[in-house]
Amino acid sequence: MSSQTQEAASKKVKAVEEDAKTAIEITEMNKWFGDFHVLRDINLKVKKGERIVIAGPSGSGKSTLIRCINRLEEHQQGHIIVNGTELTSDVKKIDEVRREVGMVFQHFNLFPHLSILENCTLAPIWVRGVPKAEAEETAMHYLERVKIPEQALKYPGQLSGGQQQRVAIARSLCMNPQIMLFDEPTSALDPEMIKEVLDVMVSLAEDGMTMLVVTHEMGFARQVANRVVFMDQGQIIEQNEPEAFFSNPQHERTKEFLSQILH
Amino acid sequence: MAKNNLAFVRKDIIDESPAPNLSKGIVGWSKENLFSSPSNTILTIIGMALLLYILPPLYNFVFGHAVWPGEGVTVEACRAHGTGACWAYIDDRMSFFVYGFFPKDAYWATQEGFLASIMQYWRVNSVFAVGVLLLVPLMWPDLKYKTVNAILFFVVYPVFVFYMLKGGVFGLEEVQTESWGGLTVTLIIGLVGIVVSLPMGIVLALGRQSKMPIIKTACIMFIEVWRAVPLITVLFMASVMLPLFMPVGMTVDKLLRALVGVSFFSAAYMAEVVRGGLQALPKGQSEAAASLGMNYWKSMLFIILPQALKHVIPGIVNSFIALFKDTSLVSIVGIFDLLKTVQISNLNLDWASENQAITGYLFAAAVFWVFCFGMSRYSLMMEDRLNTSHKN
Repeated sequence: MSSQTQEAASKKVKAVEEDAKTAIEITEMNKWFGDFHVLRDINLKVKKGERIVIAGPSGSGKSTLIRCINRLEEHQQGHIIVNGTELTSDVKKIDEVRREVGMVFQHFNLFPHLSILENCTLAPIWVRGVPKAEAEETAMHYLERVKIPEQALKYPGQLSGGQQQRVAIARSLCMNPQIMLFDEPTSALDPEMIKEVLDVMVSLAEDGMTMLVVTHEMGFARQVANRVVFMDQGQIIEQNEPEAFFSNPQHERTKEFLSQILH
Repeated sequence: MAKNNLAFVRKDIIDESPAPNLSKGIVGWSKENLFSSPSNTILTIIGMALLLYILPPLYNFVFGHAVWPGEGVTVEACRAHGTGACWAYIDDRMSFFVYGFFPKDAYWATQEGFLASIMQYWRVNSVFAVGVLLLVPLMWPDLKYKTVNAILFFVVYPVFVFYMLKGGVFGLEEVQTESWGGLTVTLIIGLVGIVVSLPMGIVLALGRQSKMPIIKTACIMFIEVWRAVPLITVLFMASVMLPLFMPVGMTVDKLLRALVGVSFFSAAYMAEVVRGGLQALPKGQSEAAASLGMNYWKSMLFIILPQALKHVIPGIVNSFIALFKDTSLVSIVGIFDLLKTVQISNLNLDWASENQAITGYLFAAAVFWVFCFGMSRYSLMMEDRLNTSHKN
């Protein structure tokens, strides 16, 4: 074998390794809502196991950004590659990505007509084809993990907001996702319930889950994030490790934002 | 304690205590609800007076002075002055009201007695019996084997009904649909209309929300055309105009044409009811389903439709009830439904008496009311059962 081909081969291996470590790669992505340019030239690479907090004022496009990652929103320019699959209008590929990417919403979006247990087993049974008994076992495992196994037979309407959000997390985990997206998971909760949800998210982070979290909980960002991404007006303004981000913000807009929310 | 001190610390927690008992018996209830104010008292008195004015004569007509069927009761009893409803006439014509012109079984027609009266129409009666046997467990919420039951009712049963009534196979005498009649036909049209219009309405509603322009336009056109045309026009067109477009010698059964007309007509209404339910659902539900990897059909089947349909049960049943009553319109194209058989019988001179027609229409109204009220109560029960929002 010539040295040239060997070099090429090792490059290829490196590229594959690099790919294997990359969970999400977003390059030069743009999105418009009608004429409104909501996301502008987004470049973001997320490694496996990385925990990223996306912060920014409301209307800055943070939610839209993570909703593009499982294509609840469609981007018009650029590329989004999730687990090596590029998101295009190909419905099969979209479903493939969605199976591997869990999402937790601000308003929980539990299915009110199904019991907690059914909420957690429906997708594994009908999307993954897991046998019912096994799906229920998995569901109980994750419900125990979010500390509400005793509510399994109740309906979402009977649970408090914090409990519902923990069920929503368990429901996503039941699909065994490789990436979890959190879209302001604590914004609709009473102060007393925020902690119980954050605790679950912290323990998830400790297990090495790849997480993208849109949140205003800066304490959470400090505690678990590898990186904080600050957005404004549809652009990534600044990103850094949490320590440096909070203690030494560079951009004017970041400084202004932090001075507003940190007292 | 200082006057200006605003601080307060609770020392002991107040225990839960039962709610005060507010029921005060019948006197307390009427005081509160019937005679709470002068205007309320006046309305109560007027209402009671009206009831006293209407109810006794009504009771006397329907029950008190009515002529009941029995040994030796003839039309003379009904012709007597001051009698009420002539129920004997209804009893005498009952088999016509239920079976229309369906021919009697040759052997049993010659026999006497209760068994014979049932066996004379054993073909229609077995259709009724099997229908009840399949429908009751299907509607009973806690029973098992719903899938098997549904297949039997929705797939096997219609075939059974068709061959049982139409005949021409297994040695059964062939009976043309023109001879079917009475309550049998009313129930057939009503049931077929209900069973066809709901799924068809769901498909149309989904199609109307589709992103594919051809499907969307087709659904909108279907809905808007059928909804904008009176049912009578639809039925006339089906029976008078349709044959003009058919090749010579080819005919489509008159009853079948009416069935299609009624079903399509109510499917268009149903589509709009279902669309209302679909629009009432927050977007988050379909997003949550999508984020779990469910495709369009799974999301519709498991998440969206169960909730949307539950929201519009009152509207759906409203359409069912309207449809069931509208079946009486098929009489104008010459199909002998229940109302038509009553109308024909009302002209029967054998029972000609002052109250013959009134009695006949009372009977028809009562039959329709029983079915419609049953549907209404059943839907209320289902609404209650399916309510998971605030269940404790």
